[in-house]
Amino acid sequence: MVVEIEPSNIEREFLLEALEKGIRVDGRGIYDYRTLKITCSPTYGLVEVQLGQTRVLARVTCEVTRPFPDRPTEGLVQFNADLSNLAAPGLDSSSGKPSVQEVAVSRMIERVIRQSRAIDTEALCILAGEKVWSVRLDLHFLDHSGNLIDAASIASIAALRHFRRPDVTIDGEEAIIHDVNERNPVPLSIHHTPICVTFGFFGSNGDLMLVDPNLLEEQVQVSSFTITLNSHREICALSKAGGVPLAPSLIQRCTQIALTKVDDINDKIQEALMA
Amino acid sequence: MAETKVVLPGDIIDTSLDSDEEESSVLRLGPGVAQIDEQVSAVAAGVLHSDNEKKQWWVVSNKRRYVPAEGEPVVGVVVARHGEGYRVDIGSAQGALLPLLAFEGATKRNKPNLAVGTVVYARVAVANSVMDPEIECYNSHTGKSEGYGELAGGFMFKCSLGLARRLIDSKAPVLNALGSGIPFEVAVGLNGRVWINTEAPATTVLIANAIKNSEFLDAKQCRQMVKELLEKQ
Repeated sequence: MVVEIEPSNIEREFLLEALEKGIRVDGRGIYDYRTLKITCSPTYGLVEVQLGQTRVLARVTCEVTRPFPDRPTEGLVQFNADLSNLAAPGLDSSSGKPSVQEVAVSRMIERVIRQSRAIDTEALCILAGEKVWSVRLDLHFLDHSGNLIDAASIASIAALRHFRRPDVTIDGEEAIIHDVNERNPVPLSIHHTPICVTFGFFGSNGDLMLVDPNLLEEQVQVSSFTITLNSHREICALSKAGGVPLAPSLIQRCTQIALTKVDDINDKIQEALMA
Repeated sequence: MAETKVVLPGDIIDTSLDSDEEESSVLRLGPGVAQIDEQVSAVAAGVLHSDNEKKQWWVVSNKRRYVPAEGEPVVGVVVARHGEGYRVDIGSAQGALLPLLAFEGATKRNKPNLAVGTVVYARVAVANSVMDPEIECYNSHTGKSEGYGELAGGFMFKCSLGLARRLIDSKAPVLNALGSGIPFEVAVGLNGRVWINTEAPATTVLIANAIKNSEFLDAKQCRQMVKELLEKQ
């Protein structure tokens, strides 16, 4: 089994030394996001996002299922993340058990999209208590160069917005699912588009902050903090798993920075979907 | 050399020589080329090179996973210390063994003491498919370090194996262009790791980025890029 290799001492020391002078190891500014490239394929719901060297492929599919008896009018949304050693040699998926990182990313995405009610699940209902759409989002991580969560959230939102499901007409008790060639497929009903922005903190008490940590920065950071905002400037989720404590003023500052980033990212997604 | 020829694994290579001295034709097959049955075929994807006079064939390919080969310089990170040596990560499938005595002037009483996480510049001493690779930080014939040993300070970054192989050439355009503008130290490992050291972190970052960006640039573009970077500084 391949064990993830910790960064060497000189990488760690250099990163901290440079960061104290406001320099990042990849030459970016402290608050700079990496170059974001969103590619929509001709297939509905298939989007690839490249954030620097990190690459994520998101795929949305749907099928008709029976709803849960306690929620007869709500469609289902399922999430699945696949983080194998395709992305980085240190990751191992051969044991069959999902890795800690994989679980962390897929739960974060699930929380961001499902619990913020980004998708209108009632619009996925075909016949109450009988038939609903089940939408499935698969995330494939193709290359891991840090900040998987942001890349995954952008890919998920872009793929969900890009997706079209077959149109349905209801005739009494019968539902007719129209073929894509027969009738134009319809987009999902999406209430808002939550986007994650991750911050990394360095130094003994986390007083050095940066946006969009790369792989080395992620390995050296003492704490990370993810803010999820939508285009209406609403906070959808906050995530801070462990690490050093952060001052409330710092979190407010992060939110301000995240706001501008989310606006930029939403514009990029819009641009990619229009193209 | 004639026009560039790109080969894929399985491609049969025509080894018939241009000259008529066919009788003593002992072929030398380099990396990426192997004899399969009666034919010579490529086992790696890349550009085929040949030297008709020496009857050599080899494929220059680009990968990211290092496979150790004897005599190659590598940059590794110490991951563990055992009784008889260090376990060093050189990016290969198996960690390499660095014996305690494989340093300049090392004796049983006077051994170097490297902490876990230390970066070393070493030469691959043993590399075959059935044993863990072994590396050494000195020339075992002369007993001199010849530049190998612990790399203190500076910064290390990863690049593709193809780029590393081009950087180790003393005529590497990007390193020459940078060297004429800024003083810096560099150690290139053929395992796709490059160590650099300068006086200021900003310069180190600049050089690291210049080297990484040079991957798909030719000599002229490299010089232009370095010129622009130095002006911006």
